[in-house]
Amino acid sequence: MDFIFAPLNLVTFFPLIGVLILLFLKEREELSRWVALVTSLITFGISLWVLGQFNSSDPGLQLPIDVDWIQVAGWNIRYAMGVDGLSILLVLLTTFLAPISILSTWKAVEERARDFMLFFLLLEIGMVGVFLAQDLFLFYIFWEFTLVPMYFLIGIWGGQQRMYAAIKFFLYTMAGSILMLLAILWLGINQGSFYLPELVSKGGIPGNIQYWLFLAFAAAFAIKVPMWPLHSWLPDAHVQAPTAGSVILAGVLLKMGTYGFLRFNLSLFPQATVQLAPVMATLAVIGIIYGAIVSYSQKDVKKLVAYSSISHLGFVMLGLFALNAQGIEGAILQMVNHGISTGALFLIVGFIYERRHTRELDEFGGLWQVMPLYAVTTLIVALSSMGLPGLNGFVGEFTILLGAWGAGQAGGSLGNILYAAFAAVGVILAAVYILYMFQKMFLGPITKKANEKLKDLSWRELAVIVPLIILIFWIGLYPKPFFALMHPAVEQLLTVFQTAGLALH
Amino acid sequence: MDAFNLVPWIILFPVIGLVLNAAIGRRIGERGSALIAIAASAGSLVISVMQYLALSAHPEGAVVYLADWIGIGALNVPWAFRVDTLSVTMMLVVSGVGTLIHIYAAGYMHFDVRYKEDPGSYARFFVYLNLFIAAMMILVSGDSYLTLFVGWEGVGLCSYLLIGFWYQRNPDGNKGIMNSLAAKKAMLVNRIGDFGFLLAVFMIFWAFGSLNFDEVLPHAETVAPWVIMFITLAMLLGVTGKSAQLPLYVWLPDAMAGPTPVSALIHAATMVTAGVYLVARSAPLFAAVPAAQTTVAFVGALTAFFAATIAVGQYDIKKVLAYSTISQLGFMVAAVGMGAFVAGMFHLVTHAFFKALLFLGSGSVILALERAHHVQETLSNPKHKKKGHTHFDPQDMRVMGGLRKPIRLTFWVYTIGALGLAGIPPLAGFFSKDEILADAWIENPLVFLLLIAAAFLTAFYVGRQLLLVFFGSPRSQPADKAVESPAIITIPLIALAALVVIGGLINLPGWHPFTNWLAHTLGEELAEPTEFNFFVALLATVFALIAFYLAWIFYGRTPLAEKQVDPLKQRLGRVFTGMENKWWVDEFYAWLIVRPYKRFAGFLADTIDWKFLHDWVHDSAVVNTFRWFARFLANPVDLGVIDGIANGLAKSATGLARGLSFFQTGFVRNYALVTFLGVVIMLGYLVFSS
Amino acid sequence: MVPVSYYFALSAILFALGALGVLIRRNAIIIFMSVELMLNAANLLFVAFARMYEALQGQIYVFFVIAVAAAEVAVGLAIIVAIFRTKKSIDIDEMSSLKG
Repeated sequence: MDFIFAPLNLVTFFPLIGVLILLFLKEREELSRWVALVTSLITFGISLWVLGQFNSSDPGLQLPIDVDWIQVAGWNIRYAMGVDGLSILLVLLTTFLAPISILSTWKAVEERARDFMLFFLLLEIGMVGVFLAQDLFLFYIFWEFTLVPMYFLIGIWGGQQRMYAAIKFFLYTMAGSILMLLAILWLGINQGSFYLPELVSKGGIPGNIQYWLFLAFAAAFAIKVPMWPLHSWLPDAHVQAPTAGSVILAGVLLKMGTYGFLRFNLSLFPQATVQLAPVMATLAVIGIIYGAIVSYSQKDVKKLVAYSSISHLGFVMLGLFALNAQGIEGAILQMVNHGISTGALFLIVGFIYERRHTRELDEFGGLWQVMPLYAVTTLIVALSSMGLPGLNGFVGEFTILLGAWGAGQAGGSLGNILYAAFAAVGVILAAVYILYMFQKMFLGPITKKANEKLKDLSWRELAVIVPLIILIFWIGLYPKPFFALMHPAVEQLLTVFQTAGLALH
Repeated sequence: MDAFNLVPWIILFPVIGLVLNAAIGRRIGERGSALIAIAASAGSLVISVMQYLALSAHPEGAVVYLADWIGIGALNVPWAFRVDTLSVTMMLVVSGVGTLIHIYAAGYMHFDVRYKEDPGSYARFFVYLNLFIAAMMILVSGDSYLTLFVGWEGVGLCSYLLIGFWYQRNPDGNKGIMNSLAAKKAMLVNRIGDFGFLLAVFMIFWAFGSLNFDEVLPHAETVAPWVIMFITLAMLLGVTGKSAQLPLYVWLPDAMAGPTPVSALIHAATMVTAGVYLVARSAPLFAAVPAAQTTVAFVGALTAFFAATIAVGQYDIKKVLAYSTISQLGFMVAAVGMGAFVAGMFHLVTHAFFKALLFLGSGSVILALERAHHVQETLSNPKHKKKGHTHFDPQDMRVMGGLRKPIRLTFWVYTIGALGLAGIPPLAGFFSKDEILADAWIENPLVFLLLIAAAFLTAFYVGRQLLLVFFGSPRSQPADKAVESPAIITIPLIALAALVVIGGLINLPGWHPFTNWLAHTLGEELAEPTEFNFFVALLATVFALIAFYLAWIFYGRTPLAEKQVDPLKQRLGRVFTGMENKWWVDEFYAWLIVRPYKRFAGFLADTIDWKFLHDWVHDSAVVNTFRWFARFLANPVDLGVIDGIANGLAKSATGLARGLSFFQTGFVRNYALVTFLGVVIMLGYLVFSS
Repeated sequence: MVPVSYYFALSAILFALGALGVLIRRNAIIIFMSVELMLNAANLLFVAFARMYEALQGQIYVFFVIAVAAAEVAVGLAIIVAIFRTKKSIDIDEMSSLKG
């Protein structure tokens, strides 16, 4: 009984109850929406309870669950979950965005709503499990598990080319995951355990093997983030996915990749991390600039936001591989920020799509006059995405860039300064495409007749976006509680690099 | 002490004001909205004055901590306010001039929202205006480079919102997107400057270990010079963005698309001076690296001269003032670049007075013409509601003329402002500009030359403007029938004019109250009083008078007639065309940066990312290879070999079955016989084997 | 007394007659009668041995066999009736539909 009511199991598997209820609801579409919403809200409540039990001064794993699971033929696989400063915020982000996404599909998903909610709740289980799993095998199961509901969500309720996008998403991600599986198997068999804390404390993986293991893990995570040049699945997936799918894809699923780097690559393979940090940083900076430039040239607003994701997550990757407190804490915060801001952006795109059934920027124009509330909320979200100080995006971006600048010895070396300087150019380029998007949608006179009679945001739509806006301001003005949650764990992570006696270059 | 703790209210009042206006502004009417906004700004002013009074008793100032903000490792930046003589100077300027402009705007916008056919936007304007005061206050009162940056970008945002206030129109009032594009241009160009600022901040942190002024500035000497050089030059990039210097000034003239109070407050008196404030604040850093200082000085001086030449050739009344602002900012930047921090700040203050006055005055002129034009329109076609009307640009000086008669008050205050700008004693502009020139004379002759030339041109274009607008005879109907603006507009003008007249007392040579005031913050070394140089003062005044005379020759002796080409054009020919066309800088930037970027973005997105990476590499290369391999496995391998084996097995099984079916005859007796025989054999075996 | 071997011989003869009947006769009811004859031959043998060894088990087995024979006849006759309804004949040579 203890096991079932262990907080982490509850927060992971509670949506299962919603799934079971939904399985018995045959023809009642309306009810299934409410069931899913209530389930996800309760899950959010449970995660808040987990937060309440979280001790932010403890750097180790909290609320752990550790039971023997598959112990045959010398394999030592445990069912192990745990939460620490690195993952608590992401768990909260997931359970926070889930009800918002569900609420946003009220009108968007008309047919087979019950099935949609089913898949969505299953997806939530998978995502929370990914962030909480402490056994490599268990992690892999959750990781792959998220692919299936997402595939269906895109494939059934998506746009014109949904099948192509869904299959591409599935196969591309899985291809990387297979390599990760090989690495996991090597680790589990050679090191005698799949349990992460044991693997970290044991260490002792020779440098050259670390290198290949790092790359294997990185293959899976880099595709998920997505890092340039493994990003081509993202525009298709986002454009074809339904709004809630895009919100959760950008809001949470992409974070699984960055989280994977943080949790696994950095802790398990410190030497390889230091060795490969310049490569990762270079790819990150390329992603930042490339994403921003390509984003500017898009005609479909959803694609524009998709490429902006590539740009923003480039910042996160840069922060992670700065390998200092500012960089990593900034990166974790930026993961949350990106989930909020880009999630909000996709919701905003969804609002106009539901009214006009098009996403072409040329079809809009002058919307501020017709939908002022929508314009103001979009402006706030756009400014957050652009990194305006006082809003959440700035705190993350600034700390990341500051960390990247000074990576290595205090003062930084020329190489590091260049990374940060080029990444800072991304700040200018971000303004270019964001302001372009805003202007094409909202400013100028109304050019298309269809835009003249659009309704402004409804109460439901406001309920969906206002929590995100509150967080945008909160994290921007007073990020202290968020940083406090992650600080001890990050400190502990950084000592791995110091105890390994590595000279950070 | 206690008064110091009230300092957060300089921000809180405007924030409350803007929230109220955003929530209920529309419902309480124009009076209510304006009252809330003016009260908020006035509240800010009251607190600023209290800070001033408290500082007079305790000049060392104080740091007022509000809350934690960012704290990771060595990086510890709280939300904290710094009350010292430098920041309070800025606070007074911002809230003082700001409140006057709020009052003015209450009247001006009443007309403007009607001419733009959008009365509901009145409250929205004051939301933005209060937001600006809040952001500017954050900028000047921040205790660290990062909090300064929050305000820095915040005012940039307000600039964006206010320039593009009439987002569905062009600067000439017709429907279009030009205003929004001007706003976007302002924000983007500023972002380039912000990039420089950020680089400076990063370097400061890693070199000094902190971003707080108290922990950085006193230790300027302890850090390697090349590091400080980097910091100051990166900061300079930020300054050229925010304070519209070469090469990032191009957003300011376009910013004139915003309503006139915006131009006055943001683009003349306060926001654009943020760069000057930044340099003054970072004085120890700049003082540590003379090479950086010289760069700053030259950037300022060159800008001052360059912008002044453009101002000579402009026809739009606001554009002249815009380039004049850029030029005057150049003076300030040159001053702080030469180490004359006090002179720069002094000019900042006096410039705020007379430039705001000039802009507001020009607003009054424009309003006068607009109102006359509207009266004319309704008289000539009372029934129809055609938008855009006959093409009439109330901002074009070529349709003005002789306005000193119909709008006397505006004329007089405008003249005071103009004379202040030109640096005619005993108005404020003379003292501040003269202090800068005196410093340049000693520090850097080349800078002096540029500045004195700029001063000459300043007087010239000021005279040109006065003559074109107020003298001669009206060149259009509305100019003839212009109406004076109501009191709510003219009273702030009078107040500002008074400030221009007595402003010189702020730092009267010999007495130097302002220098002493700033010395509490900058230190005795950096805030040295400048000797009054009679020769330079005389030279400058004489130059100004000569310039006036030249202006009179061209524009006063034979006033410009309707539709006449500018007489200077005949004289200067090509040079004047260059001035008219602002030396084609915008076109140059478009050719060099904007269009190539657009094309590159398109190329990167369509060709490299989509066609190559997405279509060819993934869809074609990977998928086709996979398909070929799958087909290979499917046909020869799978169908041929594996299926072949399976089919072969099946055939042999069938054959066997067919063979064995002979035993199934269907006759029961046969089955019974076989059973019987089987039993017999088995029994026989059992019996005989035992 | 009658020697036990006479019972054995009788039983064997009866059994052989029954077996022959099953194999040779075509009428289904006659075949059933032959089967009954075989069963009763076995019963006779059981009783003879039971008397010879003074063991009651043999006689118990006879009861079992009688019960089973009765049940079997019931079912078998029911099947024959059902077949007669369809085929209108009980000549077993005509029931060759399971020819394969």
